[in-house]
Amino acid sequence: MHPALFFIFGAIAVAGAVNLLVQRTPIFSALSLVAVMGALAVLYLLLGAEFIAFVQVLVYAGAIMVLFVFVIMLLNAQQPESSHRSRVARLVGIPVVVLLFMEVAGVFAATYSTTPVGFSGRIITVQAIGDALFHQYLLPFEVTSVLFLVGIIGAVMLAARQEPPQPPEGRLPRAQAAGHGGSGPTPEMAAALRQPARALGGVGASDAEPHAAGTEVKPR
Amino acid sequence: MIPLSFYLILGAILFSIGVAGFFFKRDIISIFISIELMLNAVNLTFVAFSHFWHQAAGNIFVFFVMVVAAAEAAVGLAIIIAVVRNRQTLNADKMDLMKL
Repeated sequence: MHPALFFIFGAIAVAGAVNLLVQRTPIFSALSLVAVMGALAVLYLLLGAEFIAFVQVLVYAGAIMVLFVFVIMLLNAQQPESSHRSRVARLVGIPVVVLLFMEVAGVFAATYSTTPVGFSGRIITVQAIGDALFHQYLLPFEVTSVLFLVGIIGAVMLAARQEPPQPPEGRLPRAQAAGHGGSGPTPEMAAALRQPARALGGVGASDAEPHAAGTEVKPR
Repeated sequence: MIPLSFYLILGAILFSIGVAGFFFKRDIISIFISIELMLNAVNLTFVAFSHFWHQAAGNIFVFFVMVVAAAEAAVGLAIIIAVVRNRQTLNADKMDLMKL
């Protein structure tokens, strides 16, 4: 039963990876990767790594891929148009990839083909992992938490909109539009809006504030 | 009983497909997905060796790879969002600002 399980889920993983490669729309590639990760989780269970299998499903297929799908939806990613360079990449890349696979698989097959592994009932338990993680690998674990903190800050910094340049540009057209509006209360509001700009232009050196000077001159 | 090399060769297949996707894909999100596939292939070899040598350390390494992949996904997707906001394209060929 066990060899059949390996071949079934190995075939699912390879089929998902090939589908990831041939799909041109990013959302289908992402969903194929979820299938690959699910199949790999079963393979981890076959290898007795139950904690890694659960974390694979929870963190990888659950959290990280949801993040991917969310960004794909947010950016409305379509399939990109093919260019000349993509054909060159295909021409050069296929031999390189085949060579890489032959190299790696050849080394693996030559070295480990006579060493059977199987589901011997020997499971690397959560207890063993926690014991190793919090005694032998405590410092890497703490460094990882620092890495996560830096990652959170970096993600927020990168994805946040740059707000500070926005307000001055947003305020100027609104004041001008209010000044040109013909209805009753708008002239007073426009004057009230224009007042700080005039004061700013008067107090600060007027050559240092070309934008403020521009708003002051234009309505007159 | 399955030889250990079967698991390793499966990992090599997945890694090679990930490298191929990294080469051939043009949109930046698919390139990122290919990187995740390569990380998963390496995780499979880690778990196979961990089972083979009866060591918990292989599982720990997989745990760390997953953690780094999570941080990398968060920061990388934020970079993708920033790039798309600035250049209005997902095509990696169009991102040639530093090219002569």
